[in-house]
Amino acid sequence: MRQKQCTHIHQTIKRTMTNKKYILGVYEDEDVLLHAIENIRAAGTKIYTVFSPYPVHGIDDALGIERSRLPIAAFLYGLTGLAFALWMQIYMLGFDWPMIIGGKPHIALPAFIPVSFELTVLFTAHGMVITFLIISGLYPKLKVPVMDVRSTDDKFIMAIEVKEGVTDVNQLNTLLRNNGAIEVNEKEVTK
Amino acid sequence: MIEERLSISKRTSNRFLFMIGLGLVLMIVGIFITMNSTGHHGGGHGEEAAAAAEGGHHAITWVNRLFSNLWLNNVYFIGIAVIGLFFTAVQYVAYAGWSVPIKRILEALSAYLPIGGILLLVVFLIGKHQLFHWTDETLYIKDNANYDPILAGKQAFLNEPFYLIRMVIFVGAWIFFDWWLRKQSIGEDLNGGLEYYHKSIRISAIFLVVFGVTSSMSAWDWVMTIDSHWFSTLFAWYVFSSWFVAGLAATTLTAIYLKQAGYLKVLNSNHLHDLGKFVFGFSIFWTYLWFSQFMLYWYANLPEEVVYFQERFHGYDGHYTWIMFAILFLNFVFPILLLMTRDAKRQMIMLKIVCFVVLFGHWLDFYQMVMPGTLRGESGFGFIELGTLLFFTGIFLTVFTRKLASASLVPVNHPFLEEAVHHHV
Repeated sequence: MRQKQCTHIHQTIKRTMTNKKYILGVYEDEDVLLHAIENIRAAGTKIYTVFSPYPVHGIDDALGIERSRLPIAAFLYGLTGLAFALWMQIYMLGFDWPMIIGGKPHIALPAFIPVSFELTVLFTAHGMVITFLIISGLYPKLKVPVMDVRSTDDKFIMAIEVKEGVTDVNQLNTLLRNNGAIEVNEKEVTK
Repeated sequence: MIEERLSISKRTSNRFLFMIGLGLVLMIVGIFITMNSTGHHGGGHGEEAAAAAEGGHHAITWVNRLFSNLWLNNVYFIGIAVIGLFFTAVQYVAYAGWSVPIKRILEALSAYLPIGGILLLVVFLIGKHQLFHWTDETLYIKDNANYDPILAGKQAFLNEPFYLIRMVIFVGAWIFFDWWLRKQSIGEDLNGGLEYYHKSIRISAIFLVVFGVTSSMSAWDWVMTIDSHWFSTLFAWYVFSSWFVAGLAATTLTAIYLKQAGYLKVLNSNHLHDLGKFVFGFSIFWTYLWFSQFMLYWYANLPEEVVYFQERFHGYDGHYTWIMFAILFLNFVFPILLLMTRDAKRQMIMLKIVCFVVLFGHWLDFYQMVMPGTLRGESGFGFIELGTLLFFTGIFLTVFTRKLASASLVPVNHPFLEEAVHHHV
């Protein structure tokens, strides 16, 4: 039912958008999956991605995914927050509207540190979350492309992109099944 | 898992003995230098007597300087030793698996507790008048010119017999719990089974409660009462955090050196990563406490409170100013910038640099806590400082390595050993 709806939508907007076809290998066991990933990559097949109901230990290494550069972004967000906080306080309390508070100088750095710390954390946290959502394509949208809904329940879905004229679908099918896939499906996704 | 026994070569243990000897020699040389230089500065007895009459203080001599240094190192090293016990207990109650390879290092750190306790007691008994203003009996006599109503009000707590009782109880309790936990640990090695582990958890839970009270009160007693009139409700945590970072740095360094000497085969960069995170995190924690204490006093600016920071930031012609900024740099800026990335925490060389810096930084932190109250503007860095530091380091390393060698470096029957081998972060 869901599949049909999708293809219906596809046909209506086909002219403006390109479609991508994926072969989906369905796995039941994470150990089988990890071995399958190694074997399939060793066979020279590029895996688009793997969908899993929960984080699988060591899957990043098996898939050859590089470490995220999110920490670098986080550091920069933190610096931005710190700079903004210091600028804001120094400008407001030192130049825009100087007030004498507790007999301290207008620009009294120790008093600024708590706010600077909080804004550093705020900028870092929000920056990281927003960046992560955008990079992972998890920002709110109308149509969420789910390769196979069972990947949110109890199955692992391995997606391999089909390139017209390059990928031998039958060969891929045997490769996946030989490596423990219980099902092999095809899916078209609109980009 | 195979047992690993550390063997300390004759050369290494001689080197530690040499450190103790060199420390003693440097101390004596330092004493003679200080004796002569105070002779030059003092300008005869007249000035000293005048100063004494004016401020009610005695002149600072080499005796004060020697005892201040002995006390500083006593507090610093006994802190590192008790952190070994504390962190072991934390690992037990947390059911931690990652820390199994470093467990024996933590246990060995507390080897210094008995000897440290004796040194603490001896130095207090001989040097109390040089170190603690409140030990002056005339302060509590009503008709005396020195009568101090504030200290007289604290006398119920701050009197010598009770102080000594507390010192003996605190260190005694630590030694007792250390012995008790170690007994389980060795028993587990010999006989195996889960019984020892479960018992260790119960002992650790009791110890942590005891430690919560004793660590706070020992920080007040041993460090805060040097500035007898001053008080801070945060001080105990501040001292604890300083001890904790120093203890973690010592643990990390030992783990790295053992690994580089071919021991601790189970230990890999994942365990070092975790240790690095602890050093990094608790350096920030120390800074947080330092700043929390400083900012409230700075903001409220009440004379009785702010005098502590006045002395350290502006007092004695800025004698301690650079130290205050140096500790913030060494204990905060340096570790936070160097250990921020994941790669840095997994590299031995980076961890080594940071751990040495942080160990020195927290020694300097205690220097800043002890010296202004005992030596006022007369403190310095010379042969006495270097000598006492070497002397204590030598003693500490001797008992530490001996305890490390007395059992397998890997707790072979620990229930989480297998988990530690596969630890991955």
